Amino acid sequence: MSGPETPLFDIEEMEINFGPQHPATHGVLRVLVKLDGEKIVEAKPIIGYLHRGTEKLFETMDFPLCIPHTDRMDYVAAATNNQGFCVTMEKLLGITIPPRAAYIRMILAELQRLASHLVWFATHAIDIGAITPFFYNFRDRDEILDLFEEYCGARLTLNTMKIGGVPYKLPDGWVDRCRALADAFPAKIDEYETLLTDNRIWKKRTIGIGVVSPEEAIEWGLTGPPLRGSGIKWDIRKVFPYDRYDEIDFEVPIGVNCDTYDRYLVRVEEMRQSVRIIQQCLDKLPEGPIMARAPKVLRAKEGMVYGSVEAPKGELGYFIVTTEKATKPYKCRVRPPSFINLQALPAMVEGHLVADMVAVIGTLDIVLGEIDR
Amino acid sequence: MTDESSTPPEDVPVADDQQKAETDADAKAPEKAAEAKPKLSDEEKAAKIAAAKAKAAAKKAAEAEAEPKPPWEEKPMPPERIDAADDPEVTALAEGVEGAVLAAGRFAGDLTVRVPAAKIVDVCRFLKEERGYSFLVDLTAVDWPDREEGRFDVVYWMHRFDDQARFRLVAVVAEDQVIESVAGVWKVADWMEREVYDLYGITFANHPNLERILTWEGFNGHPLRKDFPVEGIDTGAAIYPDVYPEGGGPPPPPEKKPANGGKA
Repeated sequence: MSGPETPLFDIEEMEINFGPQHPATHGVLRVLVKLDGEKIVEAKPIIGYLHRGTEKLFETMDFPLCIPHTDRMDYVAAATNNQGFCVTMEKLLGITIPPRAAYIRMILAELQRLASHLVWFATHAIDIGAITPFFYNFRDRDEILDLFEEYCGARLTLNTMKIGGVPYKLPDGWVDRCRALADAFPAKIDEYETLLTDNRIWKKRTIGIGVVSPEEAIEWGLTGPPLRGSGIKWDIRKVFPYDRYDEIDFEVPIGVNCDTYDRYLVRVEEMRQSVRIIQQCLDKLPEGPIMARAPKVLRAKEGMVYGSVEAPKGELGYFIVTTEKATKPYKCRVRPPSFINLQALPAMVEGHLVADMVAVIGTLDIVLGEIDR
Repeated sequence: MTDESSTPPEDVPVADDQQKAETDADAKAPEKAAEAKPKLSDEEKAAKIAAAKAKAAAKKAAEAEAEPKPPWEEKPMPPERIDAADDPEVTALAEGVEGAVLAAGRFAGDLTVRVPAAKIVDVCRFLKEERGYSFLVDLTAVDWPDREEGRFDVVYWMHRFDDQARFRLVAVVAEDQVIESVAGVWKVADWMEREVYDLYGITFANHPNLERILTWEGFNGHPLRKDFPVEGIDTGAAIYPDVYPEGGGPPPPPEKKPANGGKA
C-alpha cells in the first residue's frame, strides 16, 4: 500500500526570534531558534545588546574607582561583585583585612545571595506560569534591600566594600534587625516551597528538562548552582576560602538528576545555608577595626593575578594585570558566570519544546548586565 | 592619567605603644639638653647624639617588647615573584610536551607558564588528558602594543578538581599571527575565544564559529586594544550605510534660513 508522498502538514523548519524584547529572557537576550513544529532543532543565543565596555573603563580608573562599576554588571547581586574585585585586589596588594570587616562582608554577601536567589525564584516561577511566588519573594527581598539601604544608603548598586575592608560601621540596631530577618527567613522559604516543591505542574515542567551530565557540565565550564545541580560538590567558598568562610560551618547542596528541578532544589537549599551563614556571622561578629591600614593611594606591583568569589550565579573571577607602581589596572578581565553558563543553553534545549527553553533560561539564572558587561 | 601626579603611599601611622616609647625618650632628651646648654657646642652635639641613641634604643626595646601587630595593622605585603621552573607541574609539562615551557613563575600563589603559541593545542590537550586539568576557567588576552616579541598575550586559566590546583598558560601572539583554537579541547573555549576575537582581533584557527559576540557584525575595530579610544568611535555608518553617510552619524539638519531673511 503506497500513500501519498506529500506529508499532511507543512514540515519545513521555521526560524523565529526569541527576544531580545521578551519578558522571559531576563533582559535583552535574543535566541534565534530553529523549530520543527514546537520542537527546538537549533538554538543560537545572540548577546551584546547591553555591552557597555566595562572592562575598557576599568583600564582608565584608579583601583578604588572601579568598584562602583562592578555593581553594574550583575545588578541583582552587587555586593558579591564588589567582594570579588576587593578580594582580588587584596591578593594583588598583599592586604589582610580585619576580621570584623570580613564578617560584615560575608553577611552582606549572603544577604545578597538571598536577594539574588529570590529574584531568580520569582522570575523562574513566573516564566513557567506560577505568578504567586513573585509577590512573596519581592515582599521579602524588599526587607533585605531595606537592610542594605540602612547600611550604605543604596538598595541595588551598593558600592559597599573597599579594598582593605568595608567603608561603614554597622548602624545601631542593625545586627538585631538582621538577626530578626535571618531567624524569620527559614519559615518564609518553607512558605515558598509549599507553592512549588510538590506542585504537580511545577514538577511536570521541570523534571527531566535541561539535563546536563556532570562530565558535560565540566566541559561547558558551568559553575555555581548549574554545576552543583549536576552533582559536583564544588563551591569557591569551600575550595578557595576568601574572607573568613573557612571559619563558618555550612553545607554545599548538590543535585542528583542533573535537571531543572534539581537545580531548583539546590538553590532553595542554598538559601537555607545562606541564612545559616548569616546567623553564624552575627554570632561570631568580632569587634575591632573595619579597615586595614592600607595606603591612601594604592600602588600595585607588576604582575597578573586572578581572584574569584562564589557569586549567586557561579564563579565570579577577576583577572587583573598591572604594571610596576600602577594605580590603575592595565587590564581587568571579569569572568562572568552567566556568560559562561549561558553557553550551554543550545545543548540543554535541543530536542525540547519552546516552552521548555523558558524553563532552561530561568534555571541558568542569567543576568544580561553581567553577560554583556 | 593621575599616575605621575598622585602622591606616594603614606606610611603606616605609629601604634600607641610606640608613640609612648617615643614620648618617654623625648622627655629624657630635654633634660640632657638643658644640662649641656651652658657648655661647649661639641659637648652639646655629643649630648644630642646620645639622646638620639637613647631614643632609638628605647624605640627598639618597645618594639621588641610589644606583641606582633595583627596583619591588618601592618603595611601591606605585596606578593613576590618566585621562579617556578622546578615546580612538579612545570617539569611534568616540560617532559610531556617537548619545548613547551619557555618560562615559569609563581606570583600571589598563581602558577604561570609561558608556552610557544604554536604548541598551544598540544599543551592544552596534554594538560587536560594527562594532568587532569579538565576545567577551563577563563581565557582572555592582554594587549602590549609596543612589545617586540608579539603584541598579545593569550591567557588560559585552568582548574583540576582532584586537588583544586590551578594553572595559567600564557602564549604570545603577534598581530599578524593566528593561534590554534582550543575549542576542540574544552567546549567552553568557544565563546571565550569569540570574545577575544571580538575585543582584541586575535584570530583563532580551526574555531567552529569565529564571529563577533559582544559587538555586532560589521563593527569596525577591536574595543579592548590599547589604541582603541575609550570614548568610542562613531559607528553610525557601519550599521546603516544606506541611512547614514560615510563618516558616521545622522545627516546634519537642513540649514534654516533666519526668519527675517538675514536682515538685522
